[in-house]
Amino acid sequence: MRTIRYILQKEFIQIFRDKSMLPIIILIPVLQLLVLSYTATFEIKNIRLVVVDHDHSTDSRNLINKFSGSRFYKYLGEESSYKQAENDIAAGKTDQVLVIEPDFEKKLITEGNASVQVVTDAINGSAASLMAAYAVSIIQGFNENIVVHKSPLHYHGLPIDVSSLFWYNPELNYITYMVPGILVLLITIIAMFLSSMNIVKEKELSTIEQLNVTPIHKLEFIAGKLIPFWIIAMVDLVIGLLLARFWFGIIIVGSPLLLLSVAAVYLVLVLALGLFVSSLTETMQQAMFISWFVLVIFILMSGLFTPIESMPVWAQQLDKFNPLAYFVKINRMIMLKGAVFNDFRKDFFILAGYAAAMLTFSILKYRKTSG
Amino acid sequence: MNDSREKIIEVYDLVKRFGHFEANKHLTFDVYRGEIFGFLGANGAGKTTAMKILCGLSKPTSGSVKVAGVDVNRHPEAVKKRIGYMSQFFSLYNDLTVKENFRFYGGVYGLGKKEIQQRTRYFLDKLNMQGYESMLLRNIPLGWKQKLAFSVASIHRPDIIFLDEPTGGVDPITRRQFWEMIYEASENGTTVFVTTHYMDEAEYCERVSIMSEGEIKALGRPRELKDRYGVKNMNDVFLRIARNVE
Amino acid sequence: MWAFVKKEFLYIFRDYRTMIILFGMPLVQIMLFGFAITNDINNAHIAVLDNSKDVVTREITQKLLSSHYFILDRYLKSYQEIKPAFRRGEIKEVVVFQNDFAKKIKTEGKAHIQLILDASDPNTANILDAYTKGIINTYVFHNLLQGRKIPLHINVQNTMLYNQELKSVFMFVPGIITVILMLISAMMTSITIVREKELGTMEALLVSPVKPAIIIIGKVIPYVVLSFINLVIILLLSQFVFGMPIRGSAPLLLAESLLFLIMSLSLGILISTASKTQQQAMMLSMFVLMLPTILLSGFIFPIENMPLALRLLSDIMPGKWFIIIIKNIMLKGVGIAYFWKETLIILGMTIAFVVMSIKRFNIRLDE
Repeated sequence: MRTIRYILQKEFIQIFRDKSMLPIIILIPVLQLLVLSYTATFEIKNIRLVVVDHDHSTDSRNLINKFSGSRFYKYLGEESSYKQAENDIAAGKTDQVLVIEPDFEKKLITEGNASVQVVTDAINGSAASLMAAYAVSIIQGFNENIVVHKSPLHYHGLPIDVSSLFWYNPELNYITYMVPGILVLLITIIAMFLSSMNIVKEKELSTIEQLNVTPIHKLEFIAGKLIPFWIIAMVDLVIGLLLARFWFGIIIVGSPLLLLSVAAVYLVLVLALGLFVSSLTETMQQAMFISWFVLVIFILMSGLFTPIESMPVWAQQLDKFNPLAYFVKINRMIMLKGAVFNDFRKDFFILAGYAAAMLTFSILKYRKTSG
Repeated sequence: MNDSREKIIEVYDLVKRFGHFEANKHLTFDVYRGEIFGFLGANGAGKTTAMKILCGLSKPTSGSVKVAGVDVNRHPEAVKKRIGYMSQFFSLYNDLTVKENFRFYGGVYGLGKKEIQQRTRYFLDKLNMQGYESMLLRNIPLGWKQKLAFSVASIHRPDIIFLDEPTGGVDPITRRQFWEMIYEASENGTTVFVTTHYMDEAEYCERVSIMSEGEIKALGRPRELKDRYGVKNMNDVFLRIARNVE
Repeated sequence: MWAFVKKEFLYIFRDYRTMIILFGMPLVQIMLFGFAITNDINNAHIAVLDNSKDVVTREITQKLLSSHYFILDRYLKSYQEIKPAFRRGEIKEVVVFQNDFAKKIKTEGKAHIQLILDASDPNTANILDAYTKGIINTYVFHNLLQGRKIPLHINVQNTMLYNQELKSVFMFVPGIITVILMLISAMMTSITIVREKELGTMEALLVSPVKPAIIIIGKVIPYVVLSFINLVIILLLSQFVFGMPIRGSAPLLLAESLLFLIMSLSLGILISTASKTQQQAMMLSMFVLMLPTILLSGFIFPIENMPLALRLLSDIMPGKWFIIIIKNIMLKGVGIAYFWKETLIILGMTIAFVVMSIKRFNIRLDE
């Protein structure tokens, strides 16, 4: 055990002596958290709208006013023909076009119904369906108003009324949701890259050979290598949590200690993965590419940005091997909903078992002898 | 004739294959305690492969290797306490200071704190490097680095030190000083097992073996070998052997 | 010249691990985005708290479940069960029916449904809320108000332009193309050039009678070829596997891609003049190039909703402009009249990077 102390001492000296390391382990995670939290949003606001009003009546103007008054919309103005409006979409100047038919008001009163057309730029499919839904709900609200005003005798109200409660995040603040997930992302990237590159670096500089002729036990060696990165990642997590609390003003509903304990286990898994990558590679370039490749897949499928339930079954099955998927879920449960250990017991035990297996496997794979 | 002396390395019928390529073909030789043993051969002759097997860095395909009385194949870790190794690539940490390198390797070999300090001071005195303890290795000239690497390799007083081309790229004066260190170690009872390209260095060895194409072509005292081939210096011995191969 | 190119090709192909990643990465990414990842909401688990259990509540529950949006996780018996279920993350929404639901509609003309949503994920909560209300509304109009004429009705015709089926892959393919072209051209070239520097082989080449420009071009050509092969693979995949069309001119698309490639390569060369070691080049490409390109180019997240500072930052990302161009050609099918500005911006960036690299390169030679 005394040997570990010397290895740890050496690793820490090397990490902190390298001037490029400090920004990597402190600055980059912080920047990542700040930038990602503001960028990673699917929220739709300020939908740009152009109107083609063929009617120019009081009702058509009232309808347009409804749109320009909505907090979801940014009304850009009118175009005289649909062709010009479609041109605006093609040129990327607007997201949506509302076309009001000629004699809209007249038809509505005399025939009892009239039409409008909503044209949406649908390249971003999910945003488009949301934008269309907003438009429809504004038009429906307008419709109900008209009924109340022009034909009050016919208005009975709908027989079912629906109200909604938004728990845990009543203001529907997207950042509150993203920050806990991004925290996971950031400690994962740090732990994975540092651990996979570090041993490969000793290989590339051939200092590993010198170590392999010493009586150092490989368990001591691996522990000495991984513990510093484990500590750094934990420190990063604490910094991240402080930023979440004091910069983003997110109240951590659950127990921070519980969160840190789960993170402690999770990081063992990530570090073991990094160790495994380093045993497969000879150069830092290869280690970097493989880590990047694996991480991109893990991140995209983790449920961090897109919901896991919406993925096909095979992809959800694959996610059983994705460490990030577990921790993103647990972290959000603890931070946002105040989950206690019993709430995610099963996921935690899978994570712990996975960590133990991966660590054993990587240790067995690491050899002091070659050929 | 030397049978009275204790054998510290015993190699018998050592074979190492990489796929179809035989890097070591049935090597058999012994090294005696306290000896300076030169392990010569052209590039690609199989020296480094054999040396890695002796140090437990690589496993032989067949044959037996005993170092300091331990079967390397069976107990590679037990051997490592008894040997020191200096590879042909400079392998101390450039981003650590002189003292930190000593402390790290001392710790890895299980020396106590006091002993590490004592050994560090001993080597720094010997190398006339007092006052340089806190300098980063990166900023130290190559020749000094090589001498430091040798000192670090012997910090734990090993029975045998393996040196893989220790004087590559080093100026003649430093080479001379380096060999003085080797002699001193040998006088203190340490066995030195050294590979080299420089044939003048071969003259300093007690015995040498010359490898070519994975086989030991000649083994003996430099004087004996020169007599056998009827030449004046080791360089010519080497050329003779190399020419026979062609 | 040809000898250089050949040597580079050999070097690249010999490193099979890197090759696997260069060609495997775009494949895996496009498959993931095409088949697995979507930001639509499907199969959300919900619970129902229904103490009435009458015809109307059953019908409404049935309507909800027959859409592909919802899966019934369970019936709850009391309010107290909601919180633990949310905390365990088992359900996203609870539909609570008022007691004596059908009876109330008959006698009072009105009954109440409350939706409780797990808004820790606000996006999902918002969409589920809209879906649920939409389905209940449809039920009200078709089943309850059936026969009653609604006066003054406004019909809404919804038209989805460019992507009727709202496929996610349409959104992601342009981004993947951009990132891959950038990865191979900028990152790989910068690393190879720096490797020659690090190994000292660059000096050997520089003292040879070949001109430096030729050396650089020779090193860069294999990556142009690789990137183009990759581009074609991605385009074929997205067309034949995911049905993403190229509505505009394919030659124009290739020409614009070539321009973007040259821009990335010059950026890669610039990075290589700025870094001493492979690791530095890697880090620079990674953190200055790749991450911002992924985050700030509109690849995954729409730029319009970002804070002003980040929107301004996104303007200097070459990827942003290229993504606009690809979307214009492939999906909108419009011509250069619609994106000459974007093209000029990329052209300007290319010229700037080339000039800066030449300057830096000459300084290095003088040293």
